Amino acid sequence: MIRLNNVVATYTTVRGQVNAVDGVTLTIPDGKIVGVAGESGCGKTTLMKVIYGDLIYPLALRQGSVDYEIDSMSGKPITTRNIKDYWFKHISYIPQSSMSSLNPVVRIRTQFVDFLPAGQRTNNTLEEIRNYVQSLDLPPEAIDAYPHQLSGGMRQRIMVAMGTFFRPEIILADEPTTALDVVVQKGILLLLMDIQAKMNNTIILVSHDMGVHYQITHKMLIMYAAKVVEFGDSEDVFASPWHPYTRMLIESLPTIGDDRMHTGIAGRPPSLWEDLHGCRFAPRCPLATELCRAEEPTFLELKPEHFVACHYAEKAFQNR
Amino acid sequence: MGLLQYLASRIGSYLVVLFVGLTITFFLPRLLPSDPIENYIFQLESQAGQTMSPEEVASIRATLQQLYGLEGNLFSQYAGYLERVVLRFDFGPSLANFPTPVNQLIRTAMPWTVGLIGISVIISWVIGNLVGLLAGFFHDQPVATSLEVLGVILYPIPAYIVALVVIMLLAYIWPIFPLTTTIRPGPLTLDKMRIILYNSFLPALTMVVTRLGWNILSMKAVSFANKEEPYVTYARLKGTPPLKIMTGYVAKNSILPQITRLSLSLGAIFGGALLIEILFSYPGLGLLMRTAAGSGDYNLLYGTITITIVAVATAALAIDLLYPLFDPRIRLR
Amino acid sequence: MKMNIRLKIGLVILAIFTLGSLILPFFMKVDPSRQGSYPKNLPPSLEHPLGTNSLGQSIFWFLVIAIRNSLLLGVSVSCVTTLAAGITGLVAGYVGGWLDRVLTALMDTFIAIPAFPILIVLSTLVRGQTSFWLVGVILVFFGWPWSARTVRSMALTIREREFISMARFSGASTLQVVFQEVFPYVYTLLVVAFIDAILWVTTTEAALAVIGLSKVEVPTLGSIIFWALSYNALFTKQYTWVLAPVVATVILFLGIFLTSTGYNHMYATRRGHS
Repeated sequence: MIRLNNVVATYTTVRGQVNAVDGVTLTIPDGKIVGVAGESGCGKTTLMKVIYGDLIYPLALRQGSVDYEIDSMSGKPITTRNIKDYWFKHISYIPQSSMSSLNPVVRIRTQFVDFLPAGQRTNNTLEEIRNYVQSLDLPPEAIDAYPHQLSGGMRQRIMVAMGTFFRPEIILADEPTTALDVVVQKGILLLLMDIQAKMNNTIILVSHDMGVHYQITHKMLIMYAAKVVEFGDSEDVFASPWHPYTRMLIESLPTIGDDRMHTGIAGRPPSLWEDLHGCRFAPRCPLATELCRAEEPTFLELKPEHFVACHYAEKAFQNR
Repeated sequence: MGLLQYLASRIGSYLVVLFVGLTITFFLPRLLPSDPIENYIFQLESQAGQTMSPEEVASIRATLQQLYGLEGNLFSQYAGYLERVVLRFDFGPSLANFPTPVNQLIRTAMPWTVGLIGISVIISWVIGNLVGLLAGFFHDQPVATSLEVLGVILYPIPAYIVALVVIMLLAYIWPIFPLTTTIRPGPLTLDKMRIILYNSFLPALTMVVTRLGWNILSMKAVSFANKEEPYVTYARLKGTPPLKIMTGYVAKNSILPQITRLSLSLGAIFGGALLIEILFSYPGLGLLMRTAAGSGDYNLLYGTITITIVAVATAALAIDLLYPLFDPRIRLR
Repeated sequence: MKMNIRLKIGLVILAIFTLGSLILPFFMKVDPSRQGSYPKNLPPSLEHPLGTNSLGQSIFWFLVIAIRNSLLLGVSVSCVTTLAAGITGLVAGYVGGWLDRVLTALMDTFIAIPAFPILIVLSTLVRGQTSFWLVGVILVFFGWPWSARTVRSMALTIREREFISMARFSGASTLQVVFQEVFPYVYTLLVVAFIDAILWVTTTEAALAVIGLSKVEVPTLGSIIFWALSYNALFTKQYTWVLAPVVATVILFLGIFLTSTGYNHMYATRRGHS
């Protein structure tokens, strides 16, 4: 599992410093597909970077820490400092489907392993790659090709294969289905579910598409304005969301048979440059009270494994 | 486009360039007010210090007309010219070194030019691209900036300035190398090779320094841009060692447009080489051209310019044809 | 608009050279190209800031006129070249189709044919009847395709982007959008092409002059060197005669190049690249 302890991640820009993730404390359990949702700019990509350990200038971990409870070879605890040594072996990353995440002049099979130091590449690695790719229902000849020879959907599946070849315990997928057509999307999602079922690893999936989250996640993490507002089992979150923002996100999902007109969520998230007081969602929240505007709600575990940060939800829960 | 299409279009361009180049060379003297034959006769007369008899003048004129293929109408001249040059590579005898055929003179001079250009381009390419790669990859660090500044300073300095500075420093102030090239003809002994190296050093150095700035700056620009590409970021996130990223990812991709640019700048490279040969009296095509220009040896002049055009176009074609070996996107569909 | 350090240095150098070569001649007492005006081979002094040469000319004043002539030729030829390149490039890129293919083939052919050797031949043929400006005309012919190629590729990108903005606007405002969007981008490129052309023209003319194939009676940065070499200035240790134009050339060319790349860089960063 991954433990985030009051993580504050800051970007340094010409205008000054801004906290893109502002105090997140939670534990991501093993063996689950966790979806991270929220509007653009809410901090989900930054959260991913923190979890992956990709903290290069101008991004820095200003406060807090991340503990990874996975078996390291040396028995030393894995933290943000040394997580880099475990990239792609114990924790890996699948980038947004993009034509240019693969080196155009190097064959795919080389890119599967070219980041390893020479000593670790064995003689039958090629064989292993081919077998693995085949086990994912991909044509094994694909790995002999150059990236431009494959279709976009095939390339994305290869990226998934690359990211899971070393059977990492944690997989971070950043918008893995964006810019793909619906049929290919489905294929990728099924592939991810399949891998997770077989290897029982943790997949953290970022997407702005609630439909994707609905289809494959076990747990949902909702972010708003650099804070986590809700975190719980997907079933619960989708069926009866507690945070007003979550409710709005889910209501914006179309369902079959539902011919009502859907409204988007009015308003915009607050600017992170300003001094923010109280609940950050208050300006847009239909249930906001003076308390909400004055005091920031704490992230409470109202039900086992279900966390919410909302005064209203707390009160509603206490009054039930 | 497919590989075949690419190759066909390269060869097509090549043929067009040759055709246009030959046609320009043919029409050059005919478009200008001066009559080369009259010029030559005028020169002969002024050199001889006395006027020649009208019969002598008439006979020279007739011979020259025949040599130039200036008999008949324009079209038959053109056809005859193309036939002579393309099929037989015959440029006639050199007027200043009558009756030595122009071809012989060119054949003697050609290896010097090719050797000088070949070696200088290779050295300049390797050093320049390496420096440019480092400057682009380590962009924000002070060492990289100074490398780039080196490129900026070298780039606008023309070949003749570099030649002069090199001459002043290494042939006058510290007279290590000779001012002009003196290589006596003879068999290729080890001693002769030493003499060749000794005499060729300054012209080669000039050529390398002249081209270095361009190599550095263009490689730096493309390396820097490629460093920001998603596939480099992804490689980094896989934990790829920085050296591997610099070589296998950035360099491998950045070198491709550099190859194309090299092919395009062969004309400029050749021109620079000719100029440098003239300044150092290096026994290549450049010197041949200059002496032909000075003595009004039109046959030699046209011979050298034609060979130059053909050589440049052919070298560019060779590079273009080799390009698919480096870029799988052209090589395979 | 914040100017970067390159642009600042480049413009300062250009200003000094341009203003100097235009204003200083008013203070000349004698035509610098006239030989025998002064005693020969004088070392630098207060009266003769760079000394005199073997022809009895003041090196300093000769250099001033030479710079002026080189710049004049460079600027005027570049104007014509950039205009031609701009028009052909825009037409080829924007209109497309067979016209584009013909023009591109033309451009690529002229780039492939080495200009300098042809210039050597041409100078030989017209020797005795050259005017300074004929050299310029020849340079236009060969300088044109390089800039035209750049303009053309830019015109192609504009054409793509225009379709997007056309989808958003309609009617008369499209023209306005095109002008407001397109023109600043085109303008920068043309300015950069113009400056680069100046560099190329000045270099090529000087290169011709150094080997004695331009109109060497006219003082230019190249012809000074030609005369100095003809009179064996290096042998006779008259280093000033050679060094003065060398240093002047290096600084001037550096100034031109810094202005070009500085301007390019400033515009690129303003638009959000880096």
